[in-house]
Amino acid sequence: MSEKKQQVSRRQFLNYTLTGVGGFMAAGMLMPMVRMAVDPVLKETGHGGLTNVSLAVEDITTDPQRIDWKVEQVDGWYESEVSRSAWVFKDENDEIQAFSPICKHLGCVVSWEGNESYPNEFFCPCHNGRYYKNGENVPGTPPLAPLDVYEQEVRDGMLFLGDAIPKGEA
Amino acid sequence: MLQKIYDWIDDRIDITPIWRDIADHEVPEHVNPAHHFSAFVYCFGGLTFFVVVIQILSGMFLTMYYVPDIENAWKSVYYLQTEVAHGQIVRGMHHWGASVVIVMLLLHTLRVFFQGAYKKPRELNWIVGVLIFFIMLGLGFTGYLLPWDNKAYFATQVGLEIAEQVPFIGMHLKTLLAGDPSIVGAQTLTRFFAIHVFFLPAALFGLMAAHFILIRRQGISGPL
Repeated sequence: MSEKKQQVSRRQFLNYTLTGVGGFMAAGMLMPMVRMAVDPVLKETGHGGLTNVSLAVEDITTDPQRIDWKVEQVDGWYESEVSRSAWVFKDENDEIQAFSPICKHLGCVVSWEGNESYPNEFFCPCHNGRYYKNGENVPGTPPLAPLDVYEQEVRDGMLFLGDAIPKGEA
Repeated sequence: MLQKIYDWIDDRIDITPIWRDIADHEVPEHVNPAHHFSAFVYCFGGLTFFVVVIQILSGMFLTMYYVPDIENAWKSVYYLQTEVAHGQIVRGMHHWGASVVIVMLLLHTLRVFFQGAYKKPRELNWIVGVLIFFIMLGLGFTGYLLPWDNKAYFATQVGLEIAEQVPFIGMHLKTLLAGDPSIVGAQTLTRFFAIHVFFLPAALFGLMAAHFILIRRQGISGPL
């Protein structure tokens, strides 16, 4: 035995070794399972392309109109057609605006002039959320952000819309 | 830090005797491979349990992706296998583990048999062990169908034909298992899924608890 005071006792050494080996085995077992479970969080979300929404540019007025169209959706092993909606109009600069109807408060669906008391605004019936015509939320109402904006493109006089992205990030 | 958390809880509800009862017991010399290497044969029961734990964990995680429905079962397994990171590994663990459990179970049974460790007063634990073996076979049989591929389908059809050979109640037994007298289909798959993930594991947990309580009560059998 050495004269020095032993830093680690035999019992401690065995404890550490056993805990280490056991921990290594448990980690080796659990790591693939946890990685598999968190896969949806780490997966790149596929960027959807643009879809022809069957609306000619000349038919777009300064009055917001609701349009619906279908997109192909791949959900894991399940592929389906889902419908999307937008409020489309030309603003004062003659630029096309396409807003998502999903309320930024809790995800209900907003309508243009959906309430008689609030003309010239988007209105959400769930908690009286309101937005100005440019999509900005009316201060003091529940929504905390402006309506999302669809990616858009005009090809051969037809409107093509893509994914809805938060206003300002486009 | 951990010690402090432990002390805080122990102060209040005195958990030390609980885990000591479970974990703190002497391992006799004749079952300790450090003394006699041949004592490794005593490990097979523990190894069976270890693999069962892997089966339970990997199975739990697999149900995050699997759907027990004839339209989607195969597709969800294929998706898990090809698109999900590590999905192949986790399904592989469950797939190979299912066979390893049976192998370990047999080795454990052989050890108990050839050492005569099942003799009085341990007959009851032998019976419980045999029941666990049957549960395991049931888990293997029901789990085999779940990927809903050709192999699974036709193997299950054969398995159900075997069940039908049981005298007098065979026809009813088959219908009970398959959910339909003649079709192996939508109802069969959901039934097998329910049996595989709820009914048999519940029975398995109960029997395993009995198995472990008995061995602790009676102690391990003496040296040869």
